[in-house]
Parts: sequence; structure tokens; C-alpha cells
Amino acid sequence: MADPMRIRAQSSGDKATVRVLMSHEMESGQRKDASGKTVPAWFIQEVTAKHNGKDVFSAEWGPAVSKNPFLQFAVKGVKAGDKIAVTWKDNKGDTRTDEATVS
Amino acid sequence: MQNRRETLKHSAVVAGLLATAGFPEFAHAAFNKAAFDAKSVQDSAKAAGATSIAESKDVTITGPDIAENGAVVPLGAGTALAGVKHLMIMVEKNPSSLVAMFHVTDAVEANFSTRAKMGQSSDVYAVAIMNDGKALWAKKEVKVTLGGCGG
Repeated sequence: MADPMRIRAQSSGDKATVRVLMSHEMESGQRKDASGKTVPAWFIQEVTAKHNGKDVFSAEWGPAVSKNPFLQFAVKGVKAGDKIAVTWKDNKGDTRTDEATVS
Repeated sequence: MQNRRETLKHSAVVAGLLATAGFPEFAHAAFNKAAFDAKSVQDSAKAAGATSIAESKDVTITGPDIAENGAVVPLGAGTALAGVKHLMIMVEKNPSSLVAMFHVTDAVEANFSTRAKMGQSSDVYAVAIMNDGKALWAKKEVKVTLGGCGG
């Protein structure tokens, strides 16, 4: 299991800006190791976000997203105390979900 | 100010990117592997068929003019238009140009920021696919002083 994500959700008006910092190697599959072998790609493929259990968006990522990816988005119709959950799944099938409370 | 020829040329580039990304077969449920496996900007000739692709001032791409470290380039894509289905961030000269594709719903603003790796200086594109199948794009040039894809 990977390290937890850091999620910060701040409401302003009826919107909430959510910033997520995930902990992931995001290996591109382009690099070679010391012996000249290609390091296999290992990256987050799918990201989904939920607001109080309801899907708000999903995303598909390629290996070109940076190591320890950062993501910022804004959810509508959110008030303080609501829950924002973010899930990622990588190409090895590993997955992680973390939740934050909107402040 | 861009003249018509340049605009057409860039539209062709985006059309190529979209062609490699599997456009217009955008109805997909699982991870769109083909989209991310696409290696290059397609022949602009192939793109000529896609007439619904246009540059738009309503789509925004944000990023630095010069990125010192190509491994972490903050890029953002957004649009104020209603009826956006997908929002994509592409780096033209990366081994696979598509960086990220967001599936937008009404509950979220069509505005996302993330960080991308860039192998070299390149144009970056934000492409919004509308519900009616139109593709609108914006681009920005980002210069990279240190690439982020090599070893």
C-alpha cells in the first residue's frame, strides 16, 4: 500500500478548491537503469473524486504526469464539513483512497 | 496576431493529436490505452478530415514560459464554457503527447491543474471536447532547460 495522499479542501462561497498531493513514483517507462535495461512504466492511470460519496469527476493519466503528482480542481455546491474523497489506481492495480473534510 | 495559415496549421496539429488520441471514438469506459500509447503528432493530412476542431479563446492553458526542470512543469487547463465533456492536457513533443484527460461533470468546474514531465521544449495544448463533439483548443509554448523524461 502506498503512502497516504495529502488533500486540502477549502471552501469559498459555494465552491471548494481541492488540492491533492499523491505519493507515487510515476515511472515513465522511458528511463534506463544502470545496466541499460528499461525501467518498466509504473504510473497512476485513473483518478476519481467524490463529494459526499457522489462522483464528481474522473481522470485518466499517462506516465507524463510528474512524480508525486499534484492535482487541483474545484467542486461546486460544497459547504464546510462536506467530505471529499480521492481515489487513484495505478497500472499495477494498486489503489488508494483518502478523504478530507472541507474547511 | 496569427494569420489564417498559422491557425490552420495549429488546428491540424491538434487534429493530429486528437487522431492519435482516438478521436472521435471517445466513448470509452476503461482506461483508454490507445490514447496514451499514441507516440507522435499525426500527419496533418489525416487531420484534414476533422473539421470541428478550432482554436478557442474560451479555453485556457496555463504554464510557465520557461521551465527550469522538465520533470515538474505546472500545467493547467480550463474553460468557462458549459457543456464540456473532456478536458485534456497534451505536450506535443513528448513520447506520448497526451498527459492527462479529465472527464468533466456538472458538479465540478472545468478547470484542472497538475504537473507534467516534459522531455524538451514544446508547445503544450489544452483541448476541450464538448458534448456535441466539437474540439476546442488553446496552446502555449513552454521552454524546458532540463528534460524530464530521460535518465
